[in-house]
Amino acid sequence: MKKKLVIIGNGMAPGRMMEHLFDEAPDAYDVTIFNAEPRVNYDRIMLSPVLSGEKSFEEIVIHGDGWYIERGITLYKGHRIVGIDRAAKTVTSDHDVTESYDKLVIATGSVPFVIPVPGNDLPGVLTYRDLDDVNAMLLAAQARKKAVVIGGGLLGLEAAAGLKERGMDVTVLHLMPTLMERQLDTAAGHLLQQELEGRDIKIITNANTKAILGSNYVEGVELSDGTVIPASLVVMAAGIKANSALGSDAGLEVNRGIVVDGCMRTSDPDIYSLGECAEVDGQVYGLVAPLYQMARVAAGHLAGVPTEAFLHADTPTKLKVTGVDLFSLGDFAEGEDREEIVLRDACAGIYKRLVLRDNRIIGVVLYGETSDGAWFADLLKKETDISELRDTLIFGQAYQGGASADPMAAVAALPDDAEICGCNGICKSAITGAISEKGLTSLDDVRAHTKASASCGSCTGLVEQLMALTLGDNYNPAAVSPMCNCTELGHDDVRRLIKAKDLKTIPAVMQELEWKTSCGCAKCRPALNYYLVCDWPDEYADDYQSRFINERVHANIQKDGTYSVVPRMWGGQTSAAELRAIADVVDRFDVPTVKVTGGQRIDMLGIKKDDLPAVWEELGKAGFVSGHAYAKGLRTVKTCVGSDWCRFGTQNSTGLGVRLEKFMWGSWTPAKVKLAVSGCPRNCAEATCKDVGVICVDSGYEIHFAGAAGLDIKGTEVLGLVKTEDEALEYIVALVQMYREQGRYLERIYKWAKRVGYDEVRSQIMEDADKRQAYFDRFVFSQKFAQVDPWSERVSGADKQEFRPMATVTMEAAQ
Amino acid sequence: MNAMTKSWVAIGSIDDIPRRGARCVENGDMTIAVFRTADDRVFALEDKCPHKKGPLSQGIVHDGCVTCPLHNWVISLETGKAQGADEGATSPFPVRLDGETVLLGIGEG
Repeated sequence: MKKKLVIIGNGMAPGRMMEHLFDEAPDAYDVTIFNAEPRVNYDRIMLSPVLSGEKSFEEIVIHGDGWYIERGITLYKGHRIVGIDRAAKTVTSDHDVTESYDKLVIATGSVPFVIPVPGNDLPGVLTYRDLDDVNAMLLAAQARKKAVVIGGGLLGLEAAAGLKERGMDVTVLHLMPTLMERQLDTAAGHLLQQELEGRDIKIITNANTKAILGSNYVEGVELSDGTVIPASLVVMAAGIKANSALGSDAGLEVNRGIVVDGCMRTSDPDIYSLGECAEVDGQVYGLVAPLYQMARVAAGHLAGVPTEAFLHADTPTKLKVTGVDLFSLGDFAEGEDREEIVLRDACAGIYKRLVLRDNRIIGVVLYGETSDGAWFADLLKKETDISELRDTLIFGQAYQGGASADPMAAVAALPDDAEICGCNGICKSAITGAISEKGLTSLDDVRAHTKASASCGSCTGLVEQLMALTLGDNYNPAAVSPMCNCTELGHDDVRRLIKAKDLKTIPAVMQELEWKTSCGCAKCRPALNYYLVCDWPDEYADDYQSRFINERVHANIQKDGTYSVVPRMWGGQTSAAELRAIADVVDRFDVPTVKVTGGQRIDMLGIKKDDLPAVWEELGKAGFVSGHAYAKGLRTVKTCVGSDWCRFGTQNSTGLGVRLEKFMWGSWTPAKVKLAVSGCPRNCAEATCKDVGVICVDSGYEIHFAGAAGLDIKGTEVLGLVKTEDEALEYIVALVQMYREQGRYLERIYKWAKRVGYDEVRSQIMEDADKRQAYFDRFVFSQKFAQVDPWSERVSGADKQEFRPMATVTMEAAQ
Repeated sequence: MNAMTKSWVAIGSIDDIPRRGARCVENGDMTIAVFRTADDRVFALEDKCPHKKGPLSQGIVHDGCVTCPLHNWVISLETGKAQGADEGATSPFPVRLDGETVLLGIGEG
């Protein structure tokens, strides 16, 4: 009969323990897990990229629901254990579920340290520990106001960078004189501070928080010197402490954490503990590498296989903030018996320091350039005598023995047992071995088989270099993700090849570029159709069967299969005659819902597909054309009343909006495009969150681009200021054409612009008059073929078959 | 099902259906989607995605499948079953060609 194993906590450490356990002894235990968080096991150290928007939660899940089901594990989500009865060998959850155990594992992790100051329980004061905290921060960030992060350590700085990325005004308060003082020396701490300040994150060091202010909701933070910093969000990231309460309640030996021996056993031999809640040899741990080592040890003992005891090792630290490279390891305090080698290049933002004792490396701090981290770590771990290398040591591995500076050579020269992935403790030979033995060719495969670079991801570059080294020419870097499963090519390659090879039909693209399916799929076909429409406006015959239904029938499909209809109202202006026509349509076709949209239009919802041509005919009589509310194309130009009416208006914003819309309607784009024109900086048309926006000022027209106010919220970037309305039109049209030619299908302007670089867009549109003119001309040419009202075409009989049934029969169908 | 007497009803010409497209046949309260693939095979399914009842006739037809317009489930035209990780099925109906004429197999049961 199987023994019963109960695990309290479902974080990364017990997750890894179960992987090992099911590898070693798949049939030994019936496993039950209680997780206080209402979800599966995810990669907690990747929460910062989720906060900054670089990853989604789905991407950081380690074990999906299926993983538990396949292994017959019972997972209680959202159950907090409230008591352990060691005599009866049972645990009980806050939902009154009691389970008995033969072996129990306590893996309750840590709790954030909340500094004991008045106001620390106000709404708006958050910690940074789990997905719920991230979601709460994202919600708070939508207000785009001021945030204060208390704590300038790893977690605090990642939270600060993430909140800044989400558009908040962020101040970091740090009690110590320099940032990350436990991982960095003073010099590197200063460089880091400069870098973050350069990103507009305010940093106050020696900041002693006295109180958090606010009556019903947090309003600010007061320091002991009397400074008050206003804030609508305060994030506590001042450290963590082991969550050992269950252990002490159950009468186990508890010190800083639940005390365990080298086999992860507590003072009760049937109870194990691992992760951040456990204390081994007087130490508690917060980084993932030692926690994974604990997982291996505990799994081995539970499975009854011989396993080495847990051994302390220094773990390198890396900061997961995009664009900040830093690496630190070991001991870098100053001391009499120590020497140091320092390399500084202030202009390039590079700082490297090695701390030596008896000709051996005992500490490493790298900032700005960290590619030699693995090599230094290897020298440190093996206590290699470096006297021979001393003159060139600081320049890194590539400079030893006169070898070239080829980064591949550096990786090639690493010894087989050099640790590549610190989080998972994976050495070079384990990776290269798996690549050759299992025939792995993609980064995902290597991650799946070896776990290397699967946790924090900072060693991804090294792993890719090892793949290139092992596979040689067979390595096809995964940097380009394919358009879909029908091809290996990415969007950019496909766009380039369409032009280079003069491909002018979808079958020609699929033939020439060796599509793997006979006629594509619902992902690639609409993309190809757009690319061909954009690149060959006069020659390509639009393939309606490759368009999404909304663009095929020029209306938006709704959840019940009916459609919504939005007629165009230029610049958001309408008239009595138009409103009457809409009212008549609503009456005649019994339209259930009429709604004013965010883009200053009127939406009629719940129209049957068969009725669409008749609805359009009625609307057409009043002069309406399609509003393209369904299109990956120009949607709406929102305006304020501007100088026509408004006492603050500086220019005719409505006029410019109407002009832009009349010029650009009908154009197809990679994803939808929404514009707005505001008549003064008060910005009533909300132009600074649009794909393209204009803010009118006395001296002309400030053109903005790359805003977002949907899944992501992002203020626009300024393209530049132009003096006349004609120029504004020309520059905006050129910008949109540049996007049309370079954007990947379904990629909004803000994502495209971030990818190609805001400065690149500015230089091509603002500074290069020839380029601008060429973009403008190509847009104008394309419009000759695009500006046909699809509604009136269909009223006149085009695509009739779309709108009526093929046949009506009355017998029941055989099934 | 065995008790049903199936009869073939002509519903129109194959050219009434666009290649890589579909048309609907109304049958009382039920709508049947009749699909035509790139290589002129025809299939018929109840016009209801097993996921949220989306009208499959409005989806994009590729190889032997259709992608539902509401949430991109991919449904096999031959079996009506959801492909990939999704689970569920919609009812398939017999359909065949007699020259250009599309015949839908329906019966009284």
